[in-house]
Amino acid sequence: MTTLPQSTQKKLGLVIDLDTCVGCHACVVSCKGWNTENYGAPLSDQDAYGAEPSGTFLNRVHSYEVQPEVGPAQLIHFPKSCLHCDDAPCVTVCPTGASYKRQEDGIVLVNEDACIGCGLCAWACPYGAREMDQAAGVMKKCTLCVDRIYNENLPEEDRVPSCVRTCPSGARHFGDLADETSDVSLLVASRDGMDLMPELGTKPVNKYLPPRPKDVVPEFDILAPYLEPVAKTQKGFLGWLDKALEKI
Amino acid sequence: MHPAGSVIIFTVASGLGFGLLTWLGLGLPDTVGWAAFWHYAVGFSLAGGGLLASTFHLGNPQRFLKAFSQWRSSWLSREGCLSVAAMAVLGLFAIGLIFFRVSWQPLGYIGALLAVLTIIATSMIYAQLKTVPRWNHWTTPILFLLLSLGGGALLAFQTLAGLLLLALAGGVQLLAWYLGDGRFQQSGTDIGTATGLGVRGKVRAFEPPHTGNNYLLKEMVHQVGRKHAVKLRFISFIMMILMPIGLLIISQAVPIVILALVLNVIGTFVQRWLFFAEAEHVVGLYYGKR
Repeated sequence: MTTLPQSTQKKLGLVIDLDTCVGCHACVVSCKGWNTENYGAPLSDQDAYGAEPSGTFLNRVHSYEVQPEVGPAQLIHFPKSCLHCDDAPCVTVCPTGASYKRQEDGIVLVNEDACIGCGLCAWACPYGAREMDQAAGVMKKCTLCVDRIYNENLPEEDRVPSCVRTCPSGARHFGDLADETSDVSLLVASRDGMDLMPELGTKPVNKYLPPRPKDVVPEFDILAPYLEPVAKTQKGFLGWLDKALEKI
Repeated sequence: MHPAGSVIIFTVASGLGFGLLTWLGLGLPDTVGWAAFWHYAVGFSLAGGGLLASTFHLGNPQRFLKAFSQWRSSWLSREGCLSVAAMAVLGLFAIGLIFFRVSWQPLGYIGALLAVLTIIATSMIYAQLKTVPRWNHWTTPILFLLLSLGGGALLAFQTLAGLLLLALAGGVQLLAWYLGDGRFQQSGTDIGTATGLGVRGKVRAFEPPHTGNNYLLKEMVHQVGRKHAVKLRFISFIMMILMPIGLLIISQAVPIVILALVLNVIGTFVQRWLFFAEAEHVVGLYYGKR
């Protein structure tokens, strides 16, 4: 059924730290690698070595410039993937029941064998989290690496989503956001984690940690008075030149 | 949004087809035998042909049967179920008229109701999307319904009803354009809420995640042709509404009604192209686009 579960036992999801993300795109590459070689249809590319390459990705990193009222602009790298919304509009629009949200852990998945590739779920998603694979004709989306996180054949430290395992700056965290005592929940609480487009009522599970305020360098400097320019106005030849040029 | 040919043909043709079938189900015009056969043939070809066209944009159309399963939650599934139900009921009604020259009128009324519900379900596929503020409004289903029933009335030679419905559709269309132009702004969604960074200052998309094109940009950030939108609005409004109404006021002779219908259909195609091309999806905000 494509109706949403009333509630889920867990809310597995990601917490993404916009303060520490360096925009290296390692998560993008590792996601593409893992999800091409494992569960479901591979993430295909079209015209990969040609003039207009394009392809399917489940995770993409944008970069934004934020110009505050005062002070210098800030550059913020912004990874974006499925937010596994509690009130996921992509699930309820699906005509075939291919899209569903799991009652046990809240992961939003696509049953590719039932997907007719109509694309309506991608239209319903405000975040651009779903992409139609042009080779397989089915909808692809982040599975939260469902084939890693419960995989007992992997060493325990690898039982997290591929993007989280790969991130070199520790900007991505994985855990149960329904459990208020989990590491990710504590992180969200301490850093004022936020929702994307909360006004659309999707109730995303994934949270974003806003960048910390920049350090302000104190103006006070003990040597500053001694380093003031001595000659306020030019004298001699340069002074004459300055005046002469100004008169022209 | 990308104005895909298959979806434009689907909404225009099946809208017109179910509009005609609604009138036929109501017993207007009251025909039997061969006359009824040709009326229903046109209705079923348009409705069925439109539905068939809609399968052309599917990635895996061979699994279409599964699309009838989720009517409890999905408008797209409801549309599929209702369209089949409408055609089945009206098919039985038509068999009575064509082969037995009897009118099982209750069946016709049920079929007409199902045809109307099908048109509404089609429009709700678009109107339900909060991600496209222009569509997410009550004018969308009303406009689809009025245009379908108006065009259907011309096809069924119900000229007075057609005249009134097209006039109403014209009014709702103007309102939809007027309100639609401000809907994105009024939705309160902007690059600031999309990134959550709006409280910190003015947000600008600095660098996209990829240098090439992708599915999201092709499908939902379609900007080609919007520059001619105003001209196309004039063209569609004149052909879809004003000229058919003018012609029907002058004369209601058969060739004039056919001419009015042809103009209306061409105008509706232009209107439907604009319906998609002008619709802006909020995902464009992540790319600094609308």
